[in-house]
Amino acid sequence: MKETNALKDQLYAEDSDHTSKGLQRRNFLKLAGGGLAGVALLNFASCNKDDGPDINGNEFYFGSGDIAILNYAYALEQLEAAFYIEVANKPFSGMSDLEKQLLTDVRDHEVAHREFFKAALGRGAINSLEFDFSAVNFSSRDSVLGTAKVFEDLGVSAYNGAGWLIKDEQYLLLAGKIVSVEARHAAVIRDLISNGSFANSEVIDSNGLDVSNSPTKVLQAAAPFIKSKVDVRDLPTY
Amino acid sequence: MNLQNIFESISQVDPEFNERISPRRQAIRNMFNLGQKVSLAALPLAVTALFNKAYGQSAPTDVNGVLNYALTLEYLEAEYYTIGSSTGGLIPSGPATEAIATIRDHEVAHVEFLKGVLGSNAVAKPNFDFTAGGAFANVFSDYDTFLALAQAFEDTGVRAYKGQAGILKGNRVVLTAALQIHSVEARHAAHVRSMRRARGGAAANQKPWITGANDSGIGAAVDPVYAGEDNVAQGGVDITTLTGVSGRFTPAIATQSFDEPLTAPAVLDIASLFIQA
Repeated sequence: MKETNALKDQLYAEDSDHTSKGLQRRNFLKLAGGGLAGVALLNFASCNKDDGPDINGNEFYFGSGDIAILNYAYALEQLEAAFYIEVANKPFSGMSDLEKQLLTDVRDHEVAHREFFKAALGRGAINSLEFDFSAVNFSSRDSVLGTAKVFEDLGVSAYNGAGWLIKDEQYLLLAGKIVSVEARHAAVIRDLISNGSFANSEVIDSNGLDVSNSPTKVLQAAAPFIKSKVDVRDLPTY
Repeated sequence: MNLQNIFESISQVDPEFNERISPRRQAIRNMFNLGQKVSLAALPLAVTALFNKAYGQSAPTDVNGVLNYALTLEYLEAEYYTIGSSTGGLIPSGPATEAIATIRDHEVAHVEFLKGVLGSNAVAKPNFDFTAGGAFANVFSDYDTFLALAQAFEDTGVRAYKGQAGILKGNRVVLTAALQIHSVEARHAAHVRSMRRARGGAAANQKPWITGANDSGIGAAVDPVYAGEDNVAQGGVDITTLTGVSGRFTPAIATQSFDEPLTAPAVLDIASLFIQA
């Protein structure tokens, strides 16, 4: 849980990049190398491939423009789906019937999102990613729900933060249709941890606004869980 | 003001009104036959859908229009929870009171935020009538009615913001803020749904996510709030043809996985029931 706690701290911190004018690739490299508070950024191809793209050879190249954003969403949905499949396969000790029902629903939603993006992206889709959940103790309710909370809040912040980068109105609407379901998940997981924490000050600011993070920040947070080397060099971000 | 008077006065002004809404005449007559017993089982949210069908309604066309549209909905929610929270004996003490206070504070913050963004362009707060002309006479005295309307408002809010995404496309500041409000409304909706499930009764099987067209347990009267939520086709992909963990996705999972938008006229229809002329 050490990693998830560190990434939680980072995610819920103020977005200091918010006013910057878009993050250039070199800045991204710098940022990645700078070691953001306990978050390991190990596998992103952008970190170590500065000399000419090897796009055709990379099964995890996100593409550019809206396709890249859809692949970004697809990657996050793959992550969540893989996590909840494990959760449903190895129920933590003392899982109640209601918890089982809710977590199975959430699993199915995330798998539906994953399969939707795969179908919608067609040949533009990245391959199936491999994940590392070694930081999660699946027999522990605290560990599972704590990780689920981070993933759901992360997902909400990802869609909220990427919306304005989407050029196509239909893609934007699809992202909107999914993000509110992620927010429902986030509320439920939080209430399972502590009833009434569905939208507490950890995620909602004094203006009543939910979390929002750039693709760069979200991918940094997710990196410890992603084994595959993803190539996000052309992913729009800021 | 009551709905029967509205229909009568419209019929006087516009003799064709009854003809235009004729497919629903029987339903309207049935509702009035219930007289004083009009209650959750016959919520009149469907009624303004008839007005809309008959007359149409304007929708936002620019960024300020969307912001004022959002502000109107937030005014409604903020006042609703403010009255509810301050009504003694309505909400059980403990977690329920705390949750409603949390939601109230967010809706009040949304109002202030949107007014701040709009400045002198902000529309004024309408006068609300949460009894909708008497149809919900017990909205602030019966906790289940209060929660049922809260759920309808939250689920409507989630759908309303989604419906305006196109106008805000590419707008870093406004679209992002709208999305940040939108997901808060979804968190509220999930929590209120869970509160209703805990109450049992008609809401005993309520899930935090929306299953099909109108899973509220409230009745056909809130159909306009959930119209179209049974859609299973996303971006040209029929979700029920895709394979999940155990076979193809059911329509229930397919509809829960995606929240649907509502058009501005449909939302204003619902909201206008609670706005005094």
